[in-house]
Amino acid sequence: MRFIFKTKYSQDINIAKHNGDRFWYSLLILIMVALPLVLDDFYLGEISYICILSIAGIGLMILSGYTGLASLGHAAFLGVGAYTHAFLLTNGIPFYASIPIVIIVSFLVGAAIGIPILRLTGMYLAIATLALGFIAEHVFIKWEHFTGGNRGLPVPQPEFLGMSFYDSVFFYYVCLVFLIAAMFAAINILRSPTGRAFVAIRDSEIAAQSLGVNLGLYKALSFAISGAFTGLAGALLAHYIGYLAPDIFNIFLSLTLLLLIVVGGMGSLHGTVFGAIFVGFLPQLIAICRDYLPSSIGSQPGLEPMLFGLILVFFILYEPLGIYGRWMKIKLFFELFPTYKRQTFKKQKVFTKSDRV
Amino acid sequence: MQLIQLLIDGIASGCIYGLVALGFVLIYKATETINFAQGDILMLGAFVAYSLIGILGMDYLTGFALTVLIIAVFGFFLDAVVVRQIIGQPAFATVMLTIGLGFIFRGFASIYWGTDIFSFSTPFSGKITEFNGLIISYVNLSIIIGTAVLMSALYFFFTFSKIGVAMRASSENQLAAYYMGIPVKFIFSLIWSISAGVAAVAGVLLAPITLVDTSISLIGLKAFAAAVLGGFGSIPGAIVGGIIIGIVEQLCGTYENYLFEGVREISAYLVLILTLIIYPRGLFSDKAEVKKV
Repeated sequence: MRFIFKTKYSQDINIAKHNGDRFWYSLLILIMVALPLVLDDFYLGEISYICILSIAGIGLMILSGYTGLASLGHAAFLGVGAYTHAFLLTNGIPFYASIPIVIIVSFLVGAAIGIPILRLTGMYLAIATLALGFIAEHVFIKWEHFTGGNRGLPVPQPEFLGMSFYDSVFFYYVCLVFLIAAMFAAINILRSPTGRAFVAIRDSEIAAQSLGVNLGLYKALSFAISGAFTGLAGALLAHYIGYLAPDIFNIFLSLTLLLLIVVGGMGSLHGTVFGAIFVGFLPQLIAICRDYLPSSIGSQPGLEPMLFGLILVFFILYEPLGIYGRWMKIKLFFELFPTYKRQTFKKQKVFTKSDRV
Repeated sequence: MQLIQLLIDGIASGCIYGLVALGFVLIYKATETINFAQGDILMLGAFVAYSLIGILGMDYLTGFALTVLIIAVFGFFLDAVVVRQIIGQPAFATVMLTIGLGFIFRGFASIYWGTDIFSFSTPFSGKITEFNGLIISYVNLSIIIGTAVLMSALYFFFTFSKIGVAMRASSENQLAAYYMGIPVKFIFSLIWSISAGVAAVAGVLLAPITLVDTSISLIGLKAFAAAVLGGFGSIPGAIVGGIIIGIVEQLCGTYENYLFEGVREISAYLVLILTLIIYPRGLFSDKAEVKKV
């Protein structure tokens, strides 16, 4: 077992805790950079999609995993990002200028939505975001001047640095760079006082408030930051799908994002990547399940939502910390071997917590 | 005259929202969890009724009663087996769990019954009555009367029966109720079963209007607007909120030209957001005020 001897306070907020971290994450980045040498276009496309999902997942993780606010309408931010990006590109704004504008617009939309509804707590917030998701989908359909309505909106694929977005290797690198940048931004936000305030709000609003955290401000900030990340993911998603239709950004996409962070592991940035890999390969997984089930069940269209629900329920009940939590347990098992105790992660008995005052 | 006609149609569809909202409120009052699968339970109710009445050819009333019974038992075990396990977890976990359950129900329904649109015959189908030039369909009438009967039955149940009083006590203060010898866990499961039963009633009453398919579970989401408007936690509030939502929807649909296109579909959500921003306590809330930051 590794013991980190801390001699400076600043070591507490180091991004890499020890040399092992530095080595493995550098290796991971090198492998990711080298991937186009081995994989063909199809798999590169899939991995680009997983990168996009991870960025969106980081956005939702900051809001739900770190600030403890549920959002059931996050597809709206993906939509805002995607439509803004497509609109700007159509009007001749270059790619490198469009992305910052998208991030700022999504940030502002997040703040504008966040400020009135974040005065609500718990389930009221979940309901309000659900309603907002529906309203946003409706706006995408009806605001034809901006979104093209039900006809859809083709996304221009501009040249950038002399390369085209049709080139899957180039698009893969763009997604990878944005994922790494988003990851760094998220890590840095979360180790700053702002991020600590988010976690404090998640763990106890009353305690956070008594320590001087301005709840309204930080909740709105969390919503806006989350919106900015998700909007960025939306802009990349626009390139990935190439043709925007309003029904892409429906409630099912919002719930898929929630599935992503629950399966990946609430409250961990690693979890967003694990969850994105899981969600990205979910369609293939379902296709495999279809082959193994008897054809009377396997060919049913209802199988997909059913598996979706089963996975969600299974993780909530039996693995609330998701894949990352399981990974931590396995790691701890080997670190402590042979003295690992089952009881370490035993579910504590808990009682109903009341929100009523 | 047209306005009164609209009001009647609005009240009828509002009663359905109200019944679903009632299910939310009962569960929320008692266990402080929200059942996002309420609309899906309504859908299951409609499908079970279709199986009993449409396929097995049962008498409407027998089929109705049996459906409510089956769904109520289902609701009981849903709580006892699944939902109880996450007591004490953050609200987020419950939200996700019930959403997941909703997906399972919907997937199950479309696997078991198929994705077609079904209907079964009721004594009310296609019959109308005229009253001073107003056209009232028997279906709407059955919904309004059914809601009224159910509401008064629930009122008497919660006021006079021993179990009903025990339920109110457990919602008021779990620990004190437990010390008084009330089996709180059992009572909670019973509340889930009543709530599921109410959803089943709504589903069967609704079936002649919307017909039976998996998309009717979306009503559950609109019913949130009713519950919030009525002040989450008030039983009469849920019904009144539902009726208001129903009327607003009808009015928005008719006067769409004066507002903006497509306002009908999102009117319930707009009311929901406006209520939450302007008056989050809701119309009928008791002492439980929405915590504000």
